[in-house]
Amino acid sequence: MIRIIRDLYDTGSEFVRTFGAFQLFFLRLLSHTPRIVVTRFDLVVNQVFNSGALSLVIIMISGLFVGGVLGLQGYANLARFNAEDSIGVFAAFGLVKELGPVITALLFAGRAGTALASEIGLMKATDQLSAMEMMAVNPVSRVLVPRFLGGVIAMPFLAAIFSMVGLLGTHLVAVELLSVDVGAFWQQMQMTVDIDDINEGIIKSVVFGVLASHIAVWEGYNAIPTAEGVGRATTRTVVITAIAVLVFDFVITALML
Amino acid sequence: MNQHSDNLIEVKNLKYSRGPRVIFEGMNLVIKRGEITAFMGPSGTGKTTLLRLITRQLVPQQGCILVDGVDIATLSIAELYQLRQRFGMLFQNGALLTDLSVFENVAFPLREHTKLTNRLIRHVVLTKLHAVGLRGAADMMPAQLSGGMARRVALARAMVMDPEILIYDEPFVGLDPISMGVIVRLVRRMNDALGITSIIVSHDVAEIATVADRSFLISDGKVAASGSPGELRVAESALVRQFMHGMADGPVAFHYEAPDYAEQLLGRDAE
Repeated sequence: MIRIIRDLYDTGSEFVRTFGAFQLFFLRLLSHTPRIVVTRFDLVVNQVFNSGALSLVIIMISGLFVGGVLGLQGYANLARFNAEDSIGVFAAFGLVKELGPVITALLFAGRAGTALASEIGLMKATDQLSAMEMMAVNPVSRVLVPRFLGGVIAMPFLAAIFSMVGLLGTHLVAVELLSVDVGAFWQQMQMTVDIDDINEGIIKSVVFGVLASHIAVWEGYNAIPTAEGVGRATTRTVVITAIAVLVFDFVITALML
Repeated sequence: MNQHSDNLIEVKNLKYSRGPRVIFEGMNLVIKRGEITAFMGPSGTGKTTLLRLITRQLVPQQGCILVDGVDIATLSIAELYQLRQRFGMLFQNGALLTDLSVFENVAFPLREHTKLTNRLIRHVVLTKLHAVGLRGAADMMPAQLSGGMARRVALARAMVMDPEILIYDEPFVGLDPISMGVIVRLVRRMNDALGITSIIVSHDVAEIATVADRSFLISDGKVAASGSPGELRVAESALVRQFMHGMADGPVAFHYEAPDYAEQLLGRDAE
């Protein structure tokens, strides 16, 4: 019995300690951010390309099909109430406020987060980070901060592109395939969706961008420097990001109601 | 005031342990300015750890390490980075940055720390690459290099800021005899011509004998013997003799601690 309590205590205190270190690490990243943004913005641009531009294909394909599914499901259900004209509104709310930011964050974790974590973990395992330290270059500001910022900047754009392509997908299915009136489709959307809804989506995607990038960079930097350790860090990146994104999605939605 | 003292690095009463395992205890040694100093010792005695302690990638539990008479544990991060600019270090596996070409790897410290023009950087980098015989490999990526070539590029990178102190971690492993000869002469020449202080970690008794001014044999967390390679070769101590002549029997056990051979084979402890 005492053993169980002690194990629980150990696990709990370990968790609290890791969580504290995780937050301190976030402050450390932030403290290096201004100097990197001013002096080495080229590094950040490179990483926006790596995390953002290279994720475009998967984001756009997923967006197109998610939008298409919304068109099919929306039509099937709304048609029962003769409300199939509202399908544009239905899809726009779903994409801009929820599916855009959330699915983009999950895809981002799988495509860019894993790449970041394994790259940083391997740099650690092959002494590249130590070598930088020995060359009097701080790896936190030279390697981690640009990658973190790259993800933070890329995410809102990716989410916006996801929503936009998604709406195109809905349009294709609803208007071209199921002959919903094109005027009603876009007109109703324009009248109903206002700037607050779009802001909610933007706020979410910024928060998710910070979460996903930070988790990836943290896991890579703290990976055990072996092949197995880097593999585990990559897996943890996806799992932790997915959970964090879904929890934060709930919290933000509740706060914005 | 210690600027002109002969002792560049002093290790005093150093204690370092990792978990329950004590790696160094009561270690003292002095590295003289302008000399080539070698750390030798059986594997697993923490020679690489000692290098990491000297450069404060690790911090000792007890004792202190002085560079130019200053305890490096007391330096702020900014001061530490300033100190490290005086060091050049060659890592065991080269540790080249895999996302940069050979040229950019060697140029890396210059781009980070100086405001030299591209023309000048090109000039310096090609000179250093030429010294290690790899000027022709400037446009290759690190993944395309063999282990020995990567180590030579890393050497060029370690030299590029013209450091006062060059640290080599196992520089001779995996080099063919030709490259090895060139590198050994290069180490010696930089030391003689530029007055660089060099620290070499190696098992290679024969190569060390040709290049080092002073060697420390490290065993059991202490300096077991020190002196010029010639002195070590004729030393009385059983441990030094065993190491210098590569004998299987002696104070250093070749076998890792294990239960009795016969008993284990007969499976008595498995039952």
